[in-house]
Amino acid sequence: MIDLSTIWAGLLALSIFIYVILDGFDLGIGVIFPFLDNDDDRAIAMNSVAPVWDGNETWLILGGGGLFAAFPLAYAIIMPALYAPFIAMILALVFRGVAFEYRWRDKRHEKTWDRAFHFGSFVATFMQGIVLGAFIQGIEVEGRAYAGGWWDWASPFTFTCGLALTAGYALLGSTWLIMKTENGLRDRAYAIAKNTGRATLLFIGIVSIWTPFLSPKIAAQWLSFPHIFFVLPVPILTLVLAAITAWGLTKRKDNVPFLATIGLFGLCFAGLGIGVTPYIVPHVITIQQAAAPDVSLSFMLVGALIFLPLILGYTAYSYWVFRGKIDPKAGYH
Amino acid sequence: MEDLAVTLARAQFAFTMSFHIIFPAFSIGVASYLLVLEGLWLKTGKDEYLSLFKYWRKIFAVAFGMGVVSGIVMSYQFGTNWSVFSDKTGPVIGPLMAYEVLTAFFLEAGFLGVMLFGMGRVSKRLHFLATFMVALGTLISATWILAANSWMHTPAGYSINEVGQFIPENWMEIIFNPSFPYRLVHMVLAAFLTTAFVVGAVGAWHLLKDKNTATARKMFSMAMWMAAIIAPIQILAGDLHGINTLEYQPAKVMAMEGHYESHPHGAPLYLFGIPDDKAQELKFAIGIPNASSLILKHHLHAPLDGLDTIKAEDRPPVVILFWSFRIMVGIGMMMLCVGIISVFLRWRKKLYDSPLFHKFALIMGPSGFVAVLAGWITTEVGRQPYTVYGILRTSQSIGPVEAPAVGASLIAFVIVYFALFGAGTYYILKMMGQSPEDLGPLTESPVRIASPHLLEGENND
Ligand code: HDD
Ligand code: HEM
Ligand code: HEM
Repeated sequence: MIDLSTIWAGLLALSIFIYVILDGFDLGIGVIFPFLDNDDDRAIAMNSVAPVWDGNETWLILGGGGLFAAFPLAYAIIMPALYAPFIAMILALVFRGVAFEYRWRDKRHEKTWDRAFHFGSFVATFMQGIVLGAFIQGIEVEGRAYAGGWWDWASPFTFTCGLALTAGYALLGSTWLIMKTENGLRDRAYAIAKNTGRATLLFIGIVSIWTPFLSPKIAAQWLSFPHIFFVLPVPILTLVLAAITAWGLTKRKDNVPFLATIGLFGLCFAGLGIGVTPYIVPHVITIQQAAAPDVSLSFMLVGALIFLPLILGYTAYSYWVFRGKIDPKAGYH
Repeated sequence: MEDLAVTLARAQFAFTMSFHIIFPAFSIGVASYLLVLEGLWLKTGKDEYLSLFKYWRKIFAVAFGMGVVSGIVMSYQFGTNWSVFSDKTGPVIGPLMAYEVLTAFFLEAGFLGVMLFGMGRVSKRLHFLATFMVALGTLISATWILAANSWMHTPAGYSINEVGQFIPENWMEIIFNPSFPYRLVHMVLAAFLTTAFVVGAVGAWHLLKDKNTATARKMFSMAMWMAAIIAPIQILAGDLHGINTLEYQPAKVMAMEGHYESHPHGAPLYLFGIPDDKAQELKFAIGIPNASSLILKHHLHAPLDGLDTIKAEDRPPVVILFWSFRIMVGIGMMMLCVGIISVFLRWRKKLYDSPLFHKFALIMGPSGFVAVLAGWITTEVGRQPYTVYGILRTSQSIGPVEAPAVGASLIAFVIVYFALFGAGTYYILKMMGQSPEDLGPLTESPVRIASPHLLEGENND
């Protein structure tokens, strides 16, 4: 049934997906930052995202703000349940966010801010992975509130998800660099992408196999009648896209790996969606139960329908202004 | 344990919010200032405007970055610490914040890249448009967030459902709630004033070093016009704001004024005194008889109730309110003085030849930030003991968090904020120490790379 809450769940999923892709590649660049060859390359890598990172991160605010507005009950349960990872994530984002400006203002402490950028990006990524894992793993609820302890999120599964997302973002970041740069930096990015690509694929496998064993409920969900039809094509398509990525990397088709990686992320996301619907706090609270009243949802929907296309339009324009390969010589003489 | 968690969560909110508001107060003003500078440059073609634009853009970029990251913290804090509040008010406040993201944050962020890095890549007109969008974004953002905040002070247009959630009934009444217009005007003027005094102080600093610096003269003059025009308007706006508050949150005004006891025949305006919450009296009070009635009721002998008419558990803490309000008003008066003196000096053609006045303007540089903080503390502490005034108590807003968790994260915030924002403030001060004249040639060659080094013609700093 398509009601307002379902539409909002869809919009929220869309904005989280856009966030994962967009901030994924700029966080990924932070993750692989120390593995780049030299300072010039690092400067170019950072410059390739400097004009767009703020816009990318705004999708995270829409994700959080949207959850608060459209599903206040889910927001009120998920945030305390994942208290530590969320606090760590936002603090890490503070570190890497300021590094974009500070790095240029203070040559003497450039290394310090490079480290802030790297560790900030890594911790933020890892925590997002943990959030994802904890979400799949399930959250204990009583009445209208979180009922578990404040370390419940920590488990082998969630840490594995943290590593998985780190590998995935690193792959996005390195393939972005392949697309945006030339010469030595691009060669380096190719090498990194091959490794992160293998790691990503491995982790996708591990997490996919592990998930149904987490609880009988999840297994039932995945293997039940209508779901199984969606479940089957996902792994097959994943392999196809993995093959395309590998082909792009070996044949050195600069634009292919990045786009194929986005496809990979899309499939994982779809897989996750299949596993979770119709719940918003998995297996306890459904989308309908958590939804704000229709007056709130419809009021926001008007805004979303008007502004989301506009936002996508000028975001695309901003990427267009900074399109193409970056000329490394322009920055350093 | 329960109470400690509430106290810590309040401290954490107050701390992170106080840090956050410092940056918007500045970036709202600078964004508009940049728009004016670029507009004047396009219109007149004079290099000094372009120099000033590039100079303040660099500073803006750092301040804006800090505003963004501290803001992201805010939007997640509602859920982590105040989850019961989030669950209950989400249907009303949530959509306002969602609109803020959709209409303001994306606008700012989307055009920021072009504004900072796009000169030479896009046409002058398009670049100007980008600057305009960023400035507009900051103002739209202030509008939505203040609508949300004002609704917490003067809730309207809602009903309450069976699980205790606020349900919107009328969006117009919710957005244009009774205190919103006053708060919006007062806050935006505060941002403009704050910026004007920072710009004025930077101008004054460079005038003190060399009074013939053209760009320094320009910015000092522009800032002093702002001070002269906006300061009196702000005082008027503040007065009207106070009268409105008296109508909807009388207890807050009683605490601000230090009126523990009722005054049936006209209340004095206390200038000084030591509030004593335990004894419920203002010790060593010095006041102007009947002046408070005159200001708030426009009548010398109008009766004014005191806190003795409010139930003890509903009273806000007087000590903080009494002082924070006086600090804000005191600074407002000082700002007015600066404005008046500047007009006088300008008239005597001595605006650039008065080192004493320049030193005064330099000292007043940070005053806007102090006033903004004092103002917000007055507003928010005065709302206590409620989060949604008169309906939802602060103690009932907290989520199922434990004191150690909140305490640990509070400590982490304090350390990280002081270290990172301290460094940022230092960089900003360093940039302000440089003269716009030293920025180097104003090259407008197209650049392929988004490097601040190249764009701003910096050498190696
Ligand atoms: C009067 C204005 C004002 C007030 C009261 C607040 N903010 Fe703010 N905020 C802004 C004015 C602003 C701004 C001017 O739009 C900022 C400041 C600098 C900037 O980058 O944008 C901003 C940035 C900013 C961001 C990052 C936006 C981006 O990526 O561009 C977030 C998520 C928030 N804020 C959230 C909040 C929350 C949850 C608040 C209340 C609890 C709050 N702000 C109070
Ligand atoms: C939409 C905007 C805002 C919202 C929704 C909001 C909400 C809240 C909430 C939920 C609390 C915690 C409960 C409490 O202790 O009262 C609080 C406290 C506080 N807020 Fe705000 N706030 C907003 C804007 C601001 C701003 C701009 C400031 C400026 C610095 C500010 C300063 C404070 C302070 C100082 C406290 C602590 C007061 C106390 O606990 O005694 N708030 N606010
Ligand atoms: C000198 C005359 C001034 C008066 C009479 C005045 C009055 C007030 C009052 C009554 C409030 C509390 C309103 C409420 O909580 O309901 C307030 C809040 C505030 N004031 Fe002032 N004010 C003055 C000057 C200033 C100046 C110079 C600044 C900053 C540059 C400033 C910034 C603020 C801010 C940021 C707030 C909190 C937001 C708000 O509630 O509007 N004020 N002011």
